[in-house]
Amino acid sequence: MSILIDEHTNVLVQGITGRDGSFHARTMQKDGTNIVAGVTPGKQGESLDGIPVYNSISEAQKEHRIDASVIFVPAKFAPSAIKEAADANVPLINCITEGIPVLDMVKIYSYVKERGLRLIGPNCPGLISPGKSKIGIMPAHIHKSGSVGVISRSGTLTYEIVYNLSQAGIGQSTCIGIGGDPIIGSSFVDILSLFKNDQDTEAIVMIGEIGGSDEEQAAQYIQEYISQPVVAFISGRTAPEGKRMGHAGAIISGSSGSPQAKVQALKDAGIPTADNPSDIPALIKKRLS
Amino acid sequence: MKLHEYQAKNIFSEFNIPVQAQQLVQTTEAACQAAVQIGCPVVVKAQVLVGGRGKAGGVKLAETPEEARKKAQNILGLDIKGITVQQLLITQAAQIEKEYYAGLVLDRSGKQIVLMLTSEGGIDIEELAQNDPGKIFKLAIDPADGLQDKDLEPILTAVFPQQLIQQGNNIIKKLYNIFTEKDCSLLEINPLALTDNQLLALDAKMVVDDNALFRHPELLSYRNEEEYSKDEEEARESGLSFVEMDGNIGCIVNGAGLAMATMDIIKLKGGVPANFLDVGGSSNPQKVVHAMQIILRNKNVRAILINIFGGITRCDDIAKGLIIATEQMDISVPFVVRLIGTNQKEGIELLEKKGIQVSSNLDDAVKKVISLGARS
Repeated sequence: MSILIDEHTNVLVQGITGRDGSFHARTMQKDGTNIVAGVTPGKQGESLDGIPVYNSISEAQKEHRIDASVIFVPAKFAPSAIKEAADANVPLINCITEGIPVLDMVKIYSYVKERGLRLIGPNCPGLISPGKSKIGIMPAHIHKSGSVGVISRSGTLTYEIVYNLSQAGIGQSTCIGIGGDPIIGSSFVDILSLFKNDQDTEAIVMIGEIGGSDEEQAAQYIQEYISQPVVAFISGRTAPEGKRMGHAGAIISGSSGSPQAKVQALKDAGIPTADNPSDIPALIKKRLS
Repeated sequence: MKLHEYQAKNIFSEFNIPVQAQQLVQTTEAACQAAVQIGCPVVVKAQVLVGGRGKAGGVKLAETPEEARKKAQNILGLDIKGITVQQLLITQAAQIEKEYYAGLVLDRSGKQIVLMLTSEGGIDIEELAQNDPGKIFKLAIDPADGLQDKDLEPILTAVFPQQLIQQGNNIIKKLYNIFTEKDCSLLEINPLALTDNQLLALDAKMVVDDNALFRHPELLSYRNEEEYSKDEEEARESGLSFVEMDGNIGCIVNGAGLAMATMDIIKLKGGVPANFLDVGGSSNPQKVVHAMQIILRNKNVRAILINIFGGITRCDDIAKGLIIATEQMDISVPFVVRLIGTNQKEGIELLEKKGIQVSSNLDDAVKKVISLGARS
């Protein structure tokens, strides 16, 4: 099993004719995802490698059941793309786009939430249930299907850790990048609550970073509710205070968001934190044995 | 993006939040003249983006223009937390009867805007939040609804005496308008002072969301070199995310999380990173050339680690960029390349043809770059 997506998930790509949208629509299709439709306003009737293009999600929904959408439109237009998906009641909305103004996200967050839908991202690599479905931009071939769930605020660091896991023979149930922005649709806790009920996820890797207090909240949640073993990594231990480290959300402001506080909160909750990403497979093996 | 006090107060004026007459000066002579024009007594205030300037001696009262000149002389060139004071704000001195605090922040976990008000102004709000949180009155605001009178009134009543409620209401609504119209992530008036029955913004702190700058061309001229060094600004213009550090191992990485983790591993293995650098998602070979140029300008750099885990970024594009860099520039320090992921085979082939060795293991690459740095 896996969470959120599997081989039955029908996916629509928003911004399918753009540079990134078309490249990744093709790649996702090649990686085995059911890409059933794409949207670019004004391009209805065209197709991309056999994937039909529509003017809007509601047009696409006349022909297809849409379980999830993935957004590749530029930051200026991404909030209205999320809103369109929410208005069309798409249950799982994934926003890959980086650089969306944070106040736009505050508004969109409650808009999506009020409709009972799930948003992942923005500024994230998406998610993959290896061997079943991939919605996003991660290289599928480094993954291996198995029973470890991975949740992360980062993209390439997740690839690094997933690669280490696969090399060590440890497969993954689902890997999710929740995004590097200050306001994101799904937090660590939101995703942990899904892994909690997934019988095939035997252990969880959580990859956090400086900024905010999502990791501290997750530590508390894990201690109270999660029965599977969890191991963590926190990046940004050498980051200076007050500087934004690439991700809009990766900033230590005053006493808030420091790596020490996060590592301590995890330790207090009995969650081991790796000092080096390459130590994670050994930590997982130890916890599973 | 952080704004200086005088910049934020200019915006306050545009929105009719009461502030005092002010002049920005760079010399002692200009400070003296500003004091004459504004009328003494005046306050001479260092314009730096770091906090705690009062304690560091960066804010002084002057009774006469001559005294303003002397105080300016003391403060200009002063070192405040590593920042040399180059600009001063001269403002009218106020007869303060009482200090309040008003601030708006983005609450990441609540995913809302939060208004904070307290009658204990002039203090460090983080300290107050820790020591006496009951004194801070908070209101979470959903921007879809805006700031509603019915929600605002109870906390105004709790903080201000009756005769100041109308003024308080007025100022806080304007503050909220600035916050939303200018895409702030932090906006503070501390202190919001009562002087002669009037509330005045005596100090201002404003942080604007970098992601929203595309719709605020009017704010671009407010970018400060104190926050973004010339190299950092140049990096930003080339689509790179770059932060200077004080070590000697230069880093070029794709992705912010991996870039941070790479610095952490360098530290863990006994080295010190010279910078954070994320070349970003798209793979334009020219970005690698820019990254090399910026890193090599730092004379402390003894060796460079290029760590790429291809996803959206393609390894062959990075390899091409690196080859262009070696051909165009005199790369005087050794570098180590770790290349893996999308189009890894093509990338490694390109580099090996040029005699550049590639590691696939990150730990090995880090060990190697540290030992090369120690020797060079």
